[in-house]
Amino acid sequence: MSTRTVEVSLATPSLDPRGAPTTTPLGVALPAYEAGTDDLGSEHMLINIGPQHPATHGVLRLVIELDGETVIRVVPHIGYLHSGFEKLAEYRHYNQIIPLTDRTDYLSPMANNVCLALAAEKLMGITITERCQVLRVVACEISRIISHLVWLGTTGIDLGAFTPFLWCFYQRERLYNLQEAWTGARLTTSMTRVGGLMADIPDGFEAGLRDFCRTFPRTLAEVDAMFTRNAIWCGRTQGVGVIDGPDAINYSLSGPMLRASGVDYDVRKDRPYLGYETYDFDVPIGEHGDIYDRYRVRLEEMHQSVRILEQALDRLERLRGAPINIDDPRLILPPKHRTMSDMEAMIFHFKQVMEGVKAPVGEAYLGVENPKGELGYYFVSDGTAKPVRWRVRPPSFINLACLPKLCEGVLLSDVIAINASIDIVMGEIDR
Amino acid sequence: MSAVSPSVAALRARFGGRVLRHAVSCGDTIVYIAPGAVHEVLAWLKDDPDQRFDYLTDVTAVDYRDQERPLEVVWQLRSLARKADLRVKTELDKRQPLAVASVLDLWKGADWLEREVFDMFGVTFEGHPDLRRILMWETYAEGYPLRKDFPLRGHFSRAEQTRQALTANPEAHYSLEELSIAAAYGDLPVDMQERLARGDRGSVK
Repeated sequence: MSTRTVEVSLATPSLDPRGAPTTTPLGVALPAYEAGTDDLGSEHMLINIGPQHPATHGVLRLVIELDGETVIRVVPHIGYLHSGFEKLAEYRHYNQIIPLTDRTDYLSPMANNVCLALAAEKLMGITITERCQVLRVVACEISRIISHLVWLGTTGIDLGAFTPFLWCFYQRERLYNLQEAWTGARLTTSMTRVGGLMADIPDGFEAGLRDFCRTFPRTLAEVDAMFTRNAIWCGRTQGVGVIDGPDAINYSLSGPMLRASGVDYDVRKDRPYLGYETYDFDVPIGEHGDIYDRYRVRLEEMHQSVRILEQALDRLERLRGAPINIDDPRLILPPKHRTMSDMEAMIFHFKQVMEGVKAPVGEAYLGVENPKGELGYYFVSDGTAKPVRWRVRPPSFINLACLPKLCEGVLLSDVIAINASIDIVMGEIDR
Repeated sequence: MSAVSPSVAALRARFGGRVLRHAVSCGDTIVYIAPGAVHEVLAWLKDDPDQRFDYLTDVTAVDYRDQERPLEVVWQLRSLARKADLRVKTELDKRQPLAVASVLDLWKGADWLEREVFDMFGVTFEGHPDLRRILMWETYAEGYPLRKDFPLRGHFSRAEQTRQALTANPEAHYSLEELSIAAAYGDLPVDMQERLARGDRGSVK
């Protein structure tokens, strides 16, 4: 039984200003690893996964120090997709930031659009119309189902189950068709505007969504039958990547990651927006905080989203023909035919496009429950039409930060499962 | 407009003059505290049984267009149990070194958030054990991108950025072979050192 020190140093090779190769240390030196029962004297191995690796769900790079097959530590590297969205937003009008939000969490673009509009409306003190609220709830819940379906399918693949991936992507395709009919785009939706929406839903949308709500739970039941009591699935997920409630709070986790650890916190319930307090739905809570509970939580959230969608569809029927935009020509572009024929409308159009909408001096933070967790947009305004600061509180960035803790002492293959269970989107992490 | 958070009065009673002022914007309460009191105030807010701000929602910074205005570091706090929010800010004079205490010992979630603020604004969080760039690469030399004095297209010209990107030879970052070469650089023959410095890696085996 001997104690030995780690001789592997985690470092990135790079070039110094003269062009000569050098190494940049990756992290602080950790205390020497106590070998415990291992007296084989094996060397630690340093392996690198990513940034171009399908199992890292994007351009995430993991440097993993292994003792045999046991993970000693994981150092995640991010930033490969950094696009400087927060900087770009400082040079844009509020409505012009909406296309940037599509490209952050690109698995739920509509939910990001909604959050941006809500944050800007909070800053400007705008109350939106009732139909607009209901349509935004529809957008958020469709996004939640789409995002969770991608998560379920890809996590299944990571753990060796291919069939549910096809089921999930078939259902996702149905929602994408609806989303495309509404917004004209499958990914770059940009469907909200400050004070309203880009467009109302098209004919046939409600019928299509009702059809989806009727048939989709059958797919969930099939996934449930395939996974929930599957010995391989349970073996790979139960008791792996565990984080308990107090730790989850301490790591600022949010969304299904937090709720799987038994913390009853959902922004829709605790800080309601868009009238979520008037919908009847439950928030699933896990108890073990492992991958299996995260799976159960997300599966149940899809059922609950269907419930919300059904209630929203009933409300849409009642609100048919109601306005989707607020009645304020300084904020909402006039219809194109009026712009071309009416002098006053043209002036409003010109001023909005050329000068933008001025926000009052102040700042507003608004958090919404996105599929990945709490997405928060923080605006600081100095009274001009462009924000001084647009901060994204990215849920998967903060959730990913606990990966090194979740991976302590697990096997290498579990790292893939744990990383998948966090449900990351690199577009949002790197922004 | 909702009222000022009751935490402000409690903070004033506890910390007196180190709570500089407060404001309400869009219904959110903002408390400005002295830079030196950051850790003490946040620790109290987290642990005091009447406050219980156990959840650190976000850490960020704001640089204003007015260059005379100080840079603000912002902590968004939330109490999950009380369903209450509080935004704590401190102002750092840009003529002084930008430094403030790390709250990593209070919230583990502050780790990457503080690294991001350091990366983007150059604020040093004292006591953070691993403060290095997170979104930009470690050798990034152009400065701090989210500062207002940082031009949208960067400090270096496009030609210089391209030159650096080509010299960096990104493939080299991922091979263990490169690691050993870098460590043994001084022992290599002169011509091989020159070839490496040129980024001419193909012939080195």
